[in-house]
Amino acid sequence: MKNEPILRIRELTKNYKSGSRELTVLNNVSLDVERGSTCAIVGPSGSGKTTLLGLSAGLDVPSSGSVTLNGITLDKLSEDEKAQVRSAHVGFIFQSFNLLPTLTALENVMIPLELKGDKKARQKAKDLLEKVGLADRGGHYPTQLSGGEQQRVSIARAFANEPSILFADEPTGNLDGETGTTIEELIFRLNTDAGTTLILVTHDLDLAQRAGRIIHMKNGKLFSDTLADSVS
Amino acid sequence: MGTNKAGFGWLTKMAWRDSRRNASRLLLFMSSIVLGIAALVAINSFGENLSDEIDGEAKALLGADLEISSRTPIPDEVRQRFDSLGFEMSEEMSFASMVYFPKNDGTRLINVRAVEENFPFYGEIITEPAGKATNFTEGQKALIDQTLLLQFDALPGDSVKVGEVTFLIEGSVLEVPGQSAITTTVAPPVFIPLRLMEETGLNQLGSRINYKIYAKYPEGFDNAVFEDYLSPWLETTELSFDDVAERKEEIGDAYSDLTGFLNLTAFVALILGCIGVAGSVHIYLKEKTTSVAVLRVLGASGQQAMAIFFFQVLAMAIIGSVLGAALGAAIQYFLPALFDDFLLVDVAISLSWSSIFEGILTGVIAAVLFALLSLVRLRKISPLRAIRTFLEPAVTDRAPWLAGGGILVFILVFSRLQLDEWSSALAFSTGILVSFAILAGLARLAIYSAKRFFPSRSPFVWRQGLANLYRPNNQTLILVVTIGLGTALITTLFISQELLVDKVKLTSAPESRPNMVLFDIQSNQVDDVRELTQRSGLPVISEVPIVTMRLEGIKGRSVEELRADTTSDVRDWVLSREYRVSYRDSLSESETLLRGQWQEEYGGRGDSIFVSLEKGLREDMKVDLGDELIFNVQGARLTTYVGSIREVDWQRMQTNFLVMFPEGVLENAPKFHVLLTRFESPEQSASFQQKLVKQFPNISVIDLQLVLETIDTVLSKVSFAIRFMAFFSIFTGLLVLTGSVLISKYQRMQESVLLRTLGARRNQILLINTMEYFLLGSLAALSGIVIALIAGSLLAWLSFETTLTPDFLVLLGVYLTITLLTVLIGLSNSRSILSKPPLEVLRKVV
Repeated sequence: MKNEPILRIRELTKNYKSGSRELTVLNNVSLDVERGSTCAIVGPSGSGKTTLLGLSAGLDVPSSGSVTLNGITLDKLSEDEKAQVRSAHVGFIFQSFNLLPTLTALENVMIPLELKGDKKARQKAKDLLEKVGLADRGGHYPTQLSGGEQQRVSIARAFANEPSILFADEPTGNLDGETGTTIEELIFRLNTDAGTTLILVTHDLDLAQRAGRIIHMKNGKLFSDTLADSVS
Repeated sequence: MGTNKAGFGWLTKMAWRDSRRNASRLLLFMSSIVLGIAALVAINSFGENLSDEIDGEAKALLGADLEISSRTPIPDEVRQRFDSLGFEMSEEMSFASMVYFPKNDGTRLINVRAVEENFPFYGEIITEPAGKATNFTEGQKALIDQTLLLQFDALPGDSVKVGEVTFLIEGSVLEVPGQSAITTTVAPPVFIPLRLMEETGLNQLGSRINYKIYAKYPEGFDNAVFEDYLSPWLETTELSFDDVAERKEEIGDAYSDLTGFLNLTAFVALILGCIGVAGSVHIYLKEKTTSVAVLRVLGASGQQAMAIFFFQVLAMAIIGSVLGAALGAAIQYFLPALFDDFLLVDVAISLSWSSIFEGILTGVIAAVLFALLSLVRLRKISPLRAIRTFLEPAVTDRAPWLAGGGILVFILVFSRLQLDEWSSALAFSTGILVSFAILAGLARLAIYSAKRFFPSRSPFVWRQGLANLYRPNNQTLILVVTIGLGTALITTLFISQELLVDKVKLTSAPESRPNMVLFDIQSNQVDDVRELTQRSGLPVISEVPIVTMRLEGIKGRSVEELRADTTSDVRDWVLSREYRVSYRDSLSESETLLRGQWQEEYGGRGDSIFVSLEKGLREDMKVDLGDELIFNVQGARLTTYVGSIREVDWQRMQTNFLVMFPEGVLENAPKFHVLLTRFESPEQSASFQQKLVKQFPNISVIDLQLVLETIDTVLSKVSFAIRFMAFFSIFTGLLVLTGSVLISKYQRMQESVLLRTLGARRNQILLINTMEYFLLGSLAALSGIVIALIAGSLLAWLSFETTLTPDFLVLLGVYLTITLLTVLIGLSNSRSILSKPPLEVLRKVV
């Protein structure tokens, strides 16, 4: 298990119906992601990045092909079983933060812990908020926080269940340059500390270059797959 | 691979956390059910109190232990048997007659009740001044219905003439055991002593007297004697009888019909509220789509995501129902005053915990079932929605259909519990569905038309307001159904009231038709009455002789034989009634000969007598042309044959008969007469009645004016109660409107902010909103009016056999009121969007 890739994707294809036409947004993609590595998926809009991310996290069902996450093949699992896999192994950071607007910052961070039945959820969430620099903002609602602060809460939430793999979808896409850089730093620092595998989808080449591996997508296919050193 | 470890505790905690910032919205949409529950609890609780009261007061309702009544004098054998059992007895003769108030020459048809001093044995006649009922029978005194006294401006101490006797008015009657205010409106009672009955001269041929004996059992009387001996014997006679248990059951049944009907009206209000809940929950949950998707990404299962919001809805349904039940418990204190005119007893109101519990349970089940329509969809929200806004349509889900099925079963079962019959419950449920379907159809048509025929060149404000009818998450359908149904109920009520009054007016509309009937005219009075009528300037439109008789045999079988034969399908009323028969040589205007031949004149000995039967009577008598009928005309047997069958238009104010004889048979039989005439003004009618009653006190008069007035009074009493119930629906509709407006406020805010950013002035936004609510209110009101017109036309066609000519002023009034209310509520709720800076508003909203 230790030597197995944490994510194994084989011949993954996804078609969507658009009116009477069928669009292939992901076409026969195969790849492995090593445990503890960092990987950026880049490419123009409509190239299939987000689709690949969604399928990898078990958020969607492929038209064909298979996804194996941390040794668990997702193909035959029910929606609830896939949710259980995410609860146990996956963290997620969204472009638009996606905090639950009716919950405070602290409560948002507590959710993944509570779903796992963690008795110390509150304390652990507080610690995480402290790590992202928001110890004093736990009682605030998302609308009372700035975009950067919301994304920090979102990061704390993503790390709360100590995931084996973290998916980040354009994590700095909705932030200004300076805040984006701070968030970038935070993600990579926490990721290194926790030894988590990180897969991020981004348009931002600077951000992509911080990853150990960059996958370029075009028209639903892997266009290139390179290690960061060779890109730089 | 199982589910995660978050259990019930976490789900309720999440429900609570999420509700903190939505509490006011959640409470608001639950307020839609408050009025429905309130009405249910109030009526149920009131019904229970009423039934307790009837149980407690049963003896007073009858006034005795046993009551015997008959249209003919009660045989002495009854008195002898009662005497031998030690019963105390009190007798009564009651009949319709004219009274005359000498003080102001007033006359009116009333109900004379000639009673003995010991009536009633239980309960009491409540009088003003108090206690006058105990000894008025000793002198030449009368007790008179309070309203009657007021109507004729008479007071205790004045006099009143009944028949030939003038009585001193001892007091006014406020309450009589077993008589409700509605029955006294139709026939106001005047009590006189029975011993003076002969002297009034009113006990004449043709007088329709109802004879009664009230009996009081001796102390320690074993009811088994009644059950085993008296009741079976009374069954063999033609007498009607009621004991306390039977009367209690009759009254209980009547009131359970009343409360059942009212409960269904309340239930309709509840369903309207629930539709409001379903609509609000739908929009609320739509806003939660992303949150649910995020929860799914974080590892919550579909069931867990649904459960969080289910608990919220459940909690709100419980709070809404409890609030409704509390309101209902308060409202029931007003119900006795509202239904006073229908009640036989004074109802003491107390809290009925079973009604409160039932109300809460009904509210919770209903609200949750309707909310489930949207709740179950949460299970299927894809986690992918957290990262994508557009998704291809989800796979079909059968759960909403199951929830819909659950709602139908719930409506059917609830109405079955109220109506006690599956067929009625099915009819009621279908009626609700059809009304909803029509309203929903009209709403959809409006949405389609607004889109299809959009006036793209009209002013900006118009276009925006109209577009709001069909934009995503619009409230058109829900508001048209809820407010429309309430409007339909109220308008149908107005229309049927008009129909009824118009119908009565129409019966005498043509100038030649009679509008006054004089009855109980004795043969020796006919000529004088005719002369008096003509002298008073009134035409004698017709004068009809009437002979009373009983049926003795049909097709060779005696009436007793037919009655004993359980296989005989001849209807009971045919065998037991007293026939009032007339004779003439031709058909009248209101009759049509269907079959056979009309015998104009009996040819004398050797000829057969051919009678003409009304078609309904023929059907119930199970006879046909040529069949033999034997009548007993006050002792003389007459053998006759069915000669013809007629159809009779009973709607006219005219003398009509079930059985008609040819001329030459009944001329010498004891008979009385009816005279039909027509007055042109109420003054002419009053002056004629005064002269008539003075000269012929035994003759009774019924005129159209009196009928119209009575109908009007009864209707205004009944419609007040029904209107009260209909208002529950209207107000529920308005609550739903308030809820919907507030729920969609967030969307409005975003739009308003955008519009204002783009340069729209405050007034323009206000006008757009006004336009939208005006269109919604108009559409709802018009849809309701359309349904009411359909229902009214059906009523006119099927029940009143006339055509509907609605009063458009009333309809306009309904339209304007409903539309104005909708606009006012809509605007008052959206005011906050306009009065504060956009960003401040947006920040406050989650």
